[in-house]
Amino acid sequence: MQESNGINTSVSRRDNAIARFSRDLVITVLVVVSFTTLIIVLAGAPPLAAYYHIFKGSLGSWVKLGHVIRVWIPLTLCTCGLLYTFRIGLWNIGVEGQVIMGAVFTTYVLRFGMDGRMANFFLIAAFTAGVAGGALWALIAGYLKTKGGVNEIFAGLGLNFVAQGIILWLIFGPWKRAGIASMSGTELLPRELWLSYVSTIRLSPLGLSLALCAIIVTAIMLRYTKIGLCLKALGSNPNAAHIFDLNTRLYMLLAMVFAGGFAGLAGSMQVTGVYHRLIPAISSNYGYLALLVAMLSNYNVWIGPVVAFFFACLNVGSIQLPMMLQMDSSLSGVIQGALVLAALAVHAWRIRARRIAEETWY
Amino acid sequence: MTGFDLTILLGGVVAGAAPILLATLGETITEKAGIINLSLDGTIMLSAMTAFVVAFNTESLIAGFVSAAVVGALVAAVVGIFSIYLEQSQVAVGFVLTLMARDLAYFLGNPYTRVPGPSVGPQPIPFLKDIPFLGEVFFNHSLPVYLSLLLIGLIWWYMYRTPQGLRLRSVGENPGACFARGINPRSLQMIYVLCGGFFVGLAGATFSLCTKPGWGRPQGAEGTGWIALALVIFGGWHPIRAAIGAYLFAFLQVMGIYFQEWFPSVPAQVFQVAPFPLMIFTLVFINFAQKESVIKHAEGRVWLKVVLRLFSGAMPTALGKPHKTGQ
Repeated sequence: MQESNGINTSVSRRDNAIARFSRDLVITVLVVVSFTTLIIVLAGAPPLAAYYHIFKGSLGSWVKLGHVIRVWIPLTLCTCGLLYTFRIGLWNIGVEGQVIMGAVFTTYVLRFGMDGRMANFFLIAAFTAGVAGGALWALIAGYLKTKGGVNEIFAGLGLNFVAQGIILWLIFGPWKRAGIASMSGTELLPRELWLSYVSTIRLSPLGLSLALCAIIVTAIMLRYTKIGLCLKALGSNPNAAHIFDLNTRLYMLLAMVFAGGFAGLAGSMQVTGVYHRLIPAISSNYGYLALLVAMLSNYNVWIGPVVAFFFACLNVGSIQLPMMLQMDSSLSGVIQGALVLAALAVHAWRIRARRIAEETWY
Repeated sequence: MTGFDLTILLGGVVAGAAPILLATLGETITEKAGIINLSLDGTIMLSAMTAFVVAFNTESLIAGFVSAAVVGALVAAVVGIFSIYLEQSQVAVGFVLTLMARDLAYFLGNPYTRVPGPSVGPQPIPFLKDIPFLGEVFFNHSLPVYLSLLLIGLIWWYMYRTPQGLRLRSVGENPGACFARGINPRSLQMIYVLCGGFFVGLAGATFSLCTKPGWGRPQGAEGTGWIALALVIFGGWHPIRAAIGAYLFAFLQVMGIYFQEWFPSVPAQVFQVAPFPLMIFTLVFINFAQKESVIKHAEGRVWLKVVLRLFSGAMPTALGKPHKTGQ
């Protein structure tokens, strides 16, 4: 009797939670759609046509879907990495620079294999170098935070700009193509050094499985390992370090290395799987975007990839806007930002309502 | 071209520093009241776009400046509402707004890309401009530059010499005590968040109507907001020292042009990012200067103490922690 009662309440509680979640989702989406529509009208464009082109440009065909997944892979990798730093309460805004340095280190290794021999060896070495490059760049920000007392936001941001400077310098300086230096990047890699891909949708199975692995590894690391537990303890309770005798600095550096490693991997993917060369915009702002993904998914490792997929659709679909409607493609960024803000507002409003309800209860 | 004239150089510094100075002063006010407005970089872009578009359509520069300031205050209002009233993370909201305001600027400003438009002309101050050296450096500029110069002193006076300024500082230090004294910390913080945003908006307008006239993607103002945020820390939350920081930064920027001429083999990109590692070094040094062992070491060494004092600055105690009512 008692048991069945317990099950009933837990079921109804879960139903309640689902109902609340879907209501919040509907409110958030409604707010964002009306805001975006207003902005599009303000720009003097037809809103429905804009939405249609974003949808058709992202999910309209298998080729487009392949493009979306090519964006989803680095975005998911960066988001997974950010979960480690968010868990311990660090704002790893330097993730953008970590992607860039991953790409730079990857290109550095691949330049030794330009004749196309021993391609597999060079690819493995290049991926390792990419991960190391991202981790190194994150470690610098981490040391600046733990030893230098520099807020990780400013350290990371400064390093982002430095990384941008390094990549531009390499492309226009030492790594320029014979005779010409241009924004189009370094020399194209030989075919042997491209990640193998399914030719119809230009999607690399290896890249996709790496991203899926990253999700699973992150989920296990954060949920079932001591590292994950310690990161969470240090992030949510400032006294935890004292109580459990944990070295906060060490765990901060560890979280940074994980975040940087995943970001560096994303950079390697961009070089070997997408552009097949080093270009100035190699990171494509995916690092910054991943911060939004992590926030919108409420730092949940399973919801994160879903949000990342939606954001990738927006990014890819909005490429159509300049061609079709003479609008700027940055509309996707406006929608993404509005989504996060609206979600934060609904979340805050929910907490407030609950507090008021509790106050009247007592 | 390779001529090196100190007067012109310093004049260029004073003119070039105007937008970043306005943004830094605005953010100093906001942070002094205990709120971090991280959205500076996007706000500057959005207000720069607004200023140019409004000035272009109305053919009124004043309308451009006013609308930009209003937009700056509006973005700040979002930060304020989310952090003060909804108790959300200021960093999170500010960061989202940074990206969103920038994208909004690109999106709405798209039809005005590379369109020739109005810009503020120089307005030398009579008599004063004839003073040798000083006249050329300080009094041969456009109105926004004079405004930025005036505001340094004005904001310092307001903060440290008026009762309102005392309240502003106290709410950043201890909102709870403010509350006990019968001041509503939330509305006071909100006012100064709006006020700071207003100046940041003016900074954006100064960019697109004065320093780098016009609109485009990229506009050339990208990254300025982040530097302004770093300068606030560099200035130890003090308007005059923040202003010194802004001028130092502008000096570096102007010197970058000369360096490029002197070392043509070094690509321009290197000089463009040079301020950022410098910013990191400064932040490390500030932290270093506040360590007890360093301060002890400086005892009795006068010049070292002066250097340390230059780099020390107390953060408003309640920065980033808004007052919670009902507790």
